Amino acid sequence: MSSTQVLSRNAILDSVRANQPAARSMPTIPHFHTNQPADLLATFSQSIARMAGVVVTDHVRDLDSFLRTKFPDAKIICSAILEYAGTIKPASLNHWSEASTIDVCILRSPMGVAETGSLLLSDLELQVNTIAFLAHDLVVLLDPKQIVENIHDAYQHPYFKLRPYSVLMTGPSGSGDIGGIVVHPAQAAKTLTVLLAPAPEAGRRTG
Amino acid sequence: MSAPVDQAKNAEMFLSDTAHEARLDKLLWAMRLRRDAAARQVPEWEELRTLASEIKEHTLSNLSQYLLQFEAKASANGVIVHWARDAHEHNQIVYDLLAEQGTDILVKSKSMLTEECELRPFLERRGIRVTETDLGERIQQLDDQPPAHIVGPAIHKTNHDVAVLFSQKYGSDANNEDTAYLAGVMRENTRPDFLHAPAGMTGANFVVAETGAIVVATNEGNADLSANTPQLHICSVGIEKIIPTTESLAVFIRLLARSATGDAITQYTSMFRGPRKGAAMHVILVDNGRSERLGMQRFWHSLKCIRCAACMNTCPVYRRSGGLSYGATYMGPIGIIMMPTFEIRKYSELPFASTLNGSCTNVCPVKIDIHEQIYGWREVMEENDQIQVVKKEAMRVADKVLSHPTLYQLATATLSTALEVLPHFAIYNRLNAWGKHREVPQATTETFHQWYRTHRPKTNEVER
Repeated sequence: MSSTQVLSRNAILDSVRANQPAARSMPTIPHFHTNQPADLLATFSQSIARMAGVVVTDHVRDLDSFLRTKFPDAKIICSAILEYAGTIKPASLNHWSEASTIDVCILRSPMGVAETGSLLLSDLELQVNTIAFLAHDLVVLLDPKQIVENIHDAYQHPYFKLRPYSVLMTGPSGSGDIGGIVVHPAQAAKTLTVLLAPAPEAGRRTG
Repeated sequence: MSAPVDQAKNAEMFLSDTAHEARLDKLLWAMRLRRDAAARQVPEWEELRTLASEIKEHTLSNLSQYLLQFEAKASANGVIVHWARDAHEHNQIVYDLLAEQGTDILVKSKSMLTEECELRPFLERRGIRVTETDLGERIQQLDDQPPAHIVGPAIHKTNHDVAVLFSQKYGSDANNEDTAYLAGVMRENTRPDFLHAPAGMTGANFVVAETGAIVVATNEGNADLSANTPQLHICSVGIEKIIPTTESLAVFIRLLARSATGDAITQYTSMFRGPRKGAAMHVILVDNGRSERLGMQRFWHSLKCIRCAACMNTCPVYRRSGGLSYGATYMGPIGIIMMPTFEIRKYSELPFASTLNGSCTNVCPVKIDIHEQIYGWREVMEENDQIQVVKKEAMRVADKVLSHPTLYQLATATLSTALEVLPHFAIYNRLNAWGKHREVPQATTETFHQWYRTHRPKTNEVER
């Protein structure tokens, strides 16, 4: 740290110490769970639909066939999951900006959030973080058993204390900046499709 | 020393365009209604507001400790932490980082702090091209205007305005006013900068002391692209944005988007704890008057703000005068109580751009007593002799009349006759701010006191 930086740091901290009000206590934060048994999958599906994400409830036996049917013009399919090869893997990208060549990206999320319809992704699943943003269309596998009730539960996930990058992704990109009407896409993915699929066996990791 | 911003005069210009004014009012009120509906869906909404307020007050009252904790954690994660006392120091740090890397293009996501520091002109004067990647912010950049709203910087513009602007700047079809088409034009024109810019910049909605993480919420994905695609990620953050733990973050995430747009969450709620392999991440902790405000007994609560803009959407003055009328980085009710801490004379008129109806306080997710603070700032302006002569004289007269019942009764009794006989110029002049854009309402022929004297029950009627 330069001498100017040390001066600035000390000046700010001194000023904060001199001005901060008398200490107030930190409240206890409840988890706000509903007491009734909730259909987490149904709530998740409704929540993500409000954000323009789509959940495919039918079991998809043949992933390749599903992708070819849904995205017939896709040339580059990047797979970040073990159970599907795709046409490329994230590791084959030399630069993170090369992810813009991806038509469809397939990923697995380790957690869904019923309250908001969010999917957790981190640098562990993505390997190249930009694949989730520069690819045109996203397909995300989610184990229905890995859906938690609310955001309080979600932030208990160890990723938020361990991973360099993590994101709660809720639908494709959108913007309401013109006329207050939300349109999709904005800068990132154009569509987001969730496929329900049990997590790989213990010991096998995605990627 | 700058002359006071005349919000009322600026608002006149906006009001003269009735189509824009009516549209903005309708749009913002719809956002307020969506916020109400979203809040009703959460049974613990009021408890969350109380928690958010208490967490912020706890953090701000222990701010030095949390700043040090964040610095230690972030540094351990491989983040380089900088400290900036003011806007100039902040801008210089950013420039030095870019210059060191030989960068001439910067992609950045929306950050009110960088607006506050006037970073963009600072960098542009030094030969660095800055591309704002938030759609609304980019529209404002192309139109050479500051943001008019914290969440939707170009919310005051119509589709037609944007179509014409994009056609001039990007060569798109000026007659195509479809929102999806216009968002597509932005996407096409911004994507190359994302792919080629060596550096990206974001602000932060929250900073987590416990983990050294910064948290950014967007709908467009532009912050994730700005931070993840280039080799260099710079994050500017005000020191008041710190919260203690990831557990406490949940409270704010549940409140933020619901208060802003009525959505349960933003499309992307991203957490950056450290750089990827081979890349660099810098966080600049900026004071710029915040630590001083922390010592203002009446006003430090404004530092709890999470920038949701709910107070703007509900404010009748903001909705009808537009954000640019405030001539300030932060506008609307929250701007009124923040801006005078930057420059008291320049923003001395802002506390009067309010009806003090308290709606802003009622919707604030962190329970800032906004309208009480607005009133408090009026008192400060009076104490510091910052009130215009006309306003001061009017208040002096009102004080005299209202504190003397006989004078008050005489004034109200003669009002009706006076309005009938006085010539137009005597009623509508610079002393009557109310009558600037409105017809003075017709006074009743009888005051309440006169009516009461006629209709009050006789003493013996009451006894009976």
